[in-house]
Amino acid sequence: MNTNSNSYTIIYASIMVVIVAFLLAFVSSSLKGRQDKNVELDKMKQILTSLNVSDAEKADAESAYRKYVVADQIIDLNGNVIAQNGGFAIESKKIDNQLPLYVCKVDGETKYVAPLYGAGLWGPIWGYISFNSDKRTVYGTYFSHEGETPGLGAEIATAKFQSRFPGKVLQENGTVKVSVVKNGKVVDSSYEVDGISGGTITSKGVDKMLHDCLSKYANFFNK
Amino acid sequence: MELFSKKNKETFLSPLWLNNPVAVQVLGICSALAVTSKLEPALVMGLSVTIIVAFANVVISLLRNTIPNRIRIIVQLVVVAALVTIVSQVLKAFAYDVSVQLSVYVGLIITNCILMGRLEAFAMTNKPWDSFLDGLGSGLGYALILVIVGFFRELLGSGTLLNFQIIPECLYDCGYMNNGLMVLPPMALIIVACVIWFQRAKNPDLQEKSN
Repeated sequence: MNTNSNSYTIIYASIMVVIVAFLLAFVSSSLKGRQDKNVELDKMKQILTSLNVSDAEKADAESAYRKYVVADQIIDLNGNVIAQNGGFAIESKKIDNQLPLYVCKVDGETKYVAPLYGAGLWGPIWGYISFNSDKRTVYGTYFSHEGETPGLGAEIATAKFQSRFPGKVLQENGTVKVSVVKNGKVVDSSYEVDGISGGTITSKGVDKMLHDCLSKYANFFNK
Repeated sequence: MELFSKKNKETFLSPLWLNNPVAVQVLGICSALAVTSKLEPALVMGLSVTIIVAFANVVISLLRNTIPNRIRIIVQLVVVAALVTIVSQVLKAFAYDVSVQLSVYVGLIITNCILMGRLEAFAMTNKPWDSFLDGLGSGLGYALILVIVGFFRELLGSGTLLNFQIIPECLYDCGYMNNGLMVLPPMALIIVACVIWFQRAKNPDLQEKSN
C-alpha cells in the first residue's frame, strides 16, 4: 500500500486521533474515583501534619483524621460559624467568604487548623497552620508547593523549615503577627521566622500567604 | 533471532557511555539542568524517561511500516504524549506519593529531546525488541549523567544525599559552608562539561579532529 498518498495520510491521522482520544478518555474516567480518593486522603494527611501527628499514625490517614478532627466548620468573615460540617469540601484555592476551620482535639486540648494558599516563585504554594485554643500561638504548620526549585524554595516543604513555626505568636488583636523574613534577618524571634537562604522569593510568598489567608480570620481571632 | 546477540548488546550498552545521549549526543541538556539540584528528583526523572523512551520505542517500532512519512513526527509526538498522560494518570490512581514527587517533571518528559531523537533515529527503522533495548540503554545513559550531576550538586550544595545529612555537623562548626552556587543551574552545566571532559580524555576516539 502507498503510505505516502494524501488520502492514506489523512485517514491514518484521523483514526489515530480517535483511538488516542478514546483511550485517554477511558483511562481518565475509569481512574477518576481512585484519584479523587487519593487527593482526599492526601488533604487529610496534610492537615494531620500541621497538627504534628506522627508518620506512623498518618499511614492510616482516614481513621487518624476522624480521631483528631472533631469538626470541619465553615465560618464567615465576621467569625460566626455558619455550618458545623462541610469545610473539608472547600478547596483552598477557592476560598472566598466562606472560611473552612477545622476544630481538632490533640491530647485533650482543642486546636484549630486553617488552610493557606498563595504563590511561590514558579507556581502555587499551599499549606495548613494549626494554632492553640487561645488563638494566640502557632501549634504546627504544613507547607507544600507545585514546582519550587529543589534545594532552594522547595525547602519550605521540609520538616526543618516547618519546625521553625511552633510557638510563634500567631496574631495580636486580629493583626497577623507570624511572618517569614529574609534568611538571617530575624529581629524579634517571638513572631519572626527565618526564611530560606537562596529561596527568598518563595519565603516571601509564604509570608504573604500567611498574612493574606489568616487576615480573613481576624474577626474569629477577636471573638 | 537471538534475544541477546552481540549487536543487541551493543545497542543496549553503547548509549550508556561511549554514545551517551547527554555527554556525546548532547541531547536532553535542558532537563539535566532543571532537575539535578538534588539527587532524588534526578533519579526519579531518569527512571521515568527510561521507561517512557523504552515503551515509546516499542510502539513506534511496531507501527513503523504503517506511519505515513509526512506526518511521522506528529505520530511520534502523539504516541509519547499519550503514553506520558496514561502513566501519569495511573500513578495518580495507584501510587499517589510518587506522582506528587514527579509533579511537573511528568510534563517535561514529553519535551525531552532524547525521546524524539531515539524514535526518529532508531525505532523508525528497527524491530521492536532492538528498539526496546535501545530505549532502555538511552534512558539509562541519560539517568547516569543526571545521577552523577545530582550527586555532586546535592553533596556540595546542600551537604546531603537523598536528604540524609552526609557532611558532619562538626565540619560546619569549624567554618565549612555549603556552596550555594552548586544549587543554581550554571553548576549543572559545569559538571556536565567536566563529565564530558573526563570521558573524552579517557576515549581519544571521541575527540574531534582539529584541522
